[in-house]
Amino acid sequence: MSDAATAIAAPQPRGRFADVWRQFKSHRGAVAGMVVLGALVLFVFAGPLIWRVDPTFVNPDAVEMMKSRNKPPSLAAPLGTDQLGRDMLARLMAGGQVSLAVGLVAMMISIFIGSTIGVMAGYFRRLDGPLMRMTDLFLSLPLLPLLLVMMMLFRDSLAGAFGPEAGAFILIVSAIGVTSWMQSARIVRGEVLALKEREFVLAARSIGTTPTAMILRHVLPNVVSPIMVAATLGIAAAIITESALSFLGLGFPPDFPTWGRLLYDGVQYMQLYPERVIWPGLAISLTVLSVNYIGDGLRDALDPRIRGR
Amino acid sequence: MTLRTMLLGAVASLALASAAHAERGADGEVKVLYWQAVSTLNPYLSSGTKDVEASSLVLEGLAGFDEKGEVFPRLAVDIPTVANGGLSADLTQITWKLKPGLLWSDGTPVTSADAKFTWEYCTHPEGGCAQAARYVGIKSIDTPDAETIVITFDAPKPNPYQAFVGGTSPILQKAQFEKCIGAAASSCNDANFAPIGTGPFKVVELKVNDVVTFEANPNYRDPAKPAFAKLTLKGGGDAAAAASAVMETGEFDYAWNTQINPDLQAQMKAGGKGVLVNGFGTLVERIEMNMTDPSPALPEGERSTVKHPHPILSDIKVRQALSMAIDRQVLVDVGYGEAGRPTCNLVPAPAMFASDNTGCLKQDIEGAKALLAEAGWADSDGDSILDKDGKKLSLLYQTSVNPVRQDFQALIKGWWNSIGVEVELKSIDASVFFGGDAGSPDTFQKFYADVEMYANNFDGTDPEPYLAGYLCAKIPGPDNQWQGENINRFCDPAYDALVAELGKTSEMDKRAELAKKLNDMLTKDSFVVVPLVDRGRLSAHSNSLGGVVLNTWDTELWNAQDWFRVK
Repeated sequence: MSDAATAIAAPQPRGRFADVWRQFKSHRGAVAGMVVLGALVLFVFAGPLIWRVDPTFVNPDAVEMMKSRNKPPSLAAPLGTDQLGRDMLARLMAGGQVSLAVGLVAMMISIFIGSTIGVMAGYFRRLDGPLMRMTDLFLSLPLLPLLLVMMMLFRDSLAGAFGPEAGAFILIVSAIGVTSWMQSARIVRGEVLALKEREFVLAARSIGTTPTAMILRHVLPNVVSPIMVAATLGIAAAIITESALSFLGLGFPPDFPTWGRLLYDGVQYMQLYPERVIWPGLAISLTVLSVNYIGDGLRDALDPRIRGR
Repeated sequence: MTLRTMLLGAVASLALASAAHAERGADGEVKVLYWQAVSTLNPYLSSGTKDVEASSLVLEGLAGFDEKGEVFPRLAVDIPTVANGGLSADLTQITWKLKPGLLWSDGTPVTSADAKFTWEYCTHPEGGCAQAARYVGIKSIDTPDAETIVITFDAPKPNPYQAFVGGTSPILQKAQFEKCIGAAASSCNDANFAPIGTGPFKVVELKVNDVVTFEANPNYRDPAKPAFAKLTLKGGGDAAAAASAVMETGEFDYAWNTQINPDLQAQMKAGGKGVLVNGFGTLVERIEMNMTDPSPALPEGERSTVKHPHPILSDIKVRQALSMAIDRQVLVDVGYGEAGRPTCNLVPAPAMFASDNTGCLKQDIEGAKALLAEAGWADSDGDSILDKDGKKLSLLYQTSVNPVRQDFQALIKGWWNSIGVEVELKSIDASVFFGGDAGSPDTFQKFYADVEMYANNFDGTDPEPYLAGYLCAKIPGPDNQWQGENINRFCDPAYDALVAELGKTSEMDKRAELAKKLNDMLTKDSFVVVPLVDRGRLSAHSNSLGGVVLNTWDTELWNAQDWFRVK
């Protein structure tokens, strides 16, 4: 195994990395996307260290609370306050942490499942039929009702074991991950089927390479680029699904801010305070858009046939 | 206060109006907006409020409810009571007399046979009548002459004003609906879309799910009314758009059910073209305390059942402290504005049934803290959460998904945190929460939480069935598929005895006194139910429309015959 691992790393030294980076840099959209995403990540994770306001704090003193409601932007609250006097900037940052974390973790789960199933189905002919039928089955499942059932069945037990917030996080990321791997599985399977017929695979097999080594050493490195693209798109889809769940009032406890929840809360005040929906909406759109551009750039950069053109 | 001034204003302007314009149809056209469009004008075939209210412009009952919830005569000469001999002493028979000389809008006379026919129409086994509940318990209806209707009940009826009273049970014309009885009811579109009635208006045309046009009924019993020659009832849109059409753009004269948040209310008022009117019924937003243990550690089937009393909330001091920490006026200001007012009563109306209980209106954080300390709760580990015998004072607080309820949750959590109570919030999709599915753990009946919040009301003006919901026998549990109205699992033999007494009492003053006592037992004496906001109905009318009196006990268009154009 250790032999195989070094073998993957060894023939692709700095040179290839630099190559990829050079190609990536030439894709303007991708670079812009990376800058925007970086700024967003910095904003939501480093921001709260500077802006130390509790995003869920509602002043228990009724008079103070009434005075601090629906404030326009000011020095005390740069993005204003909501209908209960909570600081919008702090809520946007706290919400972003959750939304981005959900997006990343759910994407990892879905990519792991998707590429495992895709490689298995593409490489082992006997598994192809059953695995692809299972993929079809998952594709035909209606996503939201399925999520609703999962929420209902597992929410209480998970909340009991990990606390309400962590329980909801685990449930949401696994629910999204388990229901969104199908596209990447199909893409990976197609790539693997084509790769299997190539001469270098035949050559590897002729010298007695075991299937495990074959997959890790020859197949996976060659399907990395579609997987990366699927992964970036997966982040966007996961953030949107989480927003939809929050919008429906599922998922996290109601006082726990996420971008989707902020959007949902803001809708009824849209006419009077449009910024309530503009900020979280903008954050979600920017994240999705920048991640998509990064994915686009990565695909170009990782594809040896496009690279260098 | 606003309601009273408005009512006074309306009464005053009414008096002026009847002096000024004593001529039918003198004021032209009035435009009414219902943001749910009308699909039929036969209230017996639809349970939709919009259909019932639209049809009430045309169809009338023997009597109706006024804005105070009291019964007043429409087609009847007077209201039958035990005192005037119209109601038999054993409460099993009621005799109504029609006003003499009543005509349908097609010019034929109204007779008692029409009333008897209406009963047969609605109770026909194949008819699928939406208002059948109004006719439950009627053994027979006799018509000794053309103007007398005698209704005999199966058993004594303490509240006999149900059949033919209010917009949900008007009298249909026998000649028109004779062929539409039973299975044919829903296919009789000519009759259902343009019923002949006795009301102030008659139907010109119904465009299903869009617009209804009416004109003044030439045979209406008061020759001076209605003041409008034409009434257009348009459907569609939403509450905010409807309010805006009346108050900001002035396209319409009246908008029904404009439930909008307080910020929007203020913005609409600034439009200056109309006013909001409110009326309060019996809908109360409340927090229900679970008297049984909802702990997930208990086996399924024993959670939230009477087998296990609640470890924290069984103590009345804790329940009282939780109630004291809430500032109800703030909740109203944040959530409902003019459409709500703080209340401490489960039965806030009609006025005769409302207890004078106002003790909860003032928030008392210090008092709440003292009560908890008295009950033995102290913060022994310095985490600002109270504990007792190693158990933290921590509550799960659930409600349905609704922006106002989530704001309430956040506010109440803040207040409870400040008295040292840890609160975990949960919101459940409304269709699940109120769905009543015995298989779901998230229904309000199952109550797998420590406290929960929702609103409930009772039908009509009599609170007896509502208060009877808190009997020991009505506790939901696995043995009755979690059906039962006693959501709190409250059980007090003294309460049960009082409810039984109420069922035997027919004298109104005594009934009112008993109802108040029962209300107090659930609220200020035990804090099992913690009422928060009395939620009213909110509608809007333009400044130029006079005579509007919002009525929560009957249809909102109940006095359209008295509307007039302010000049």
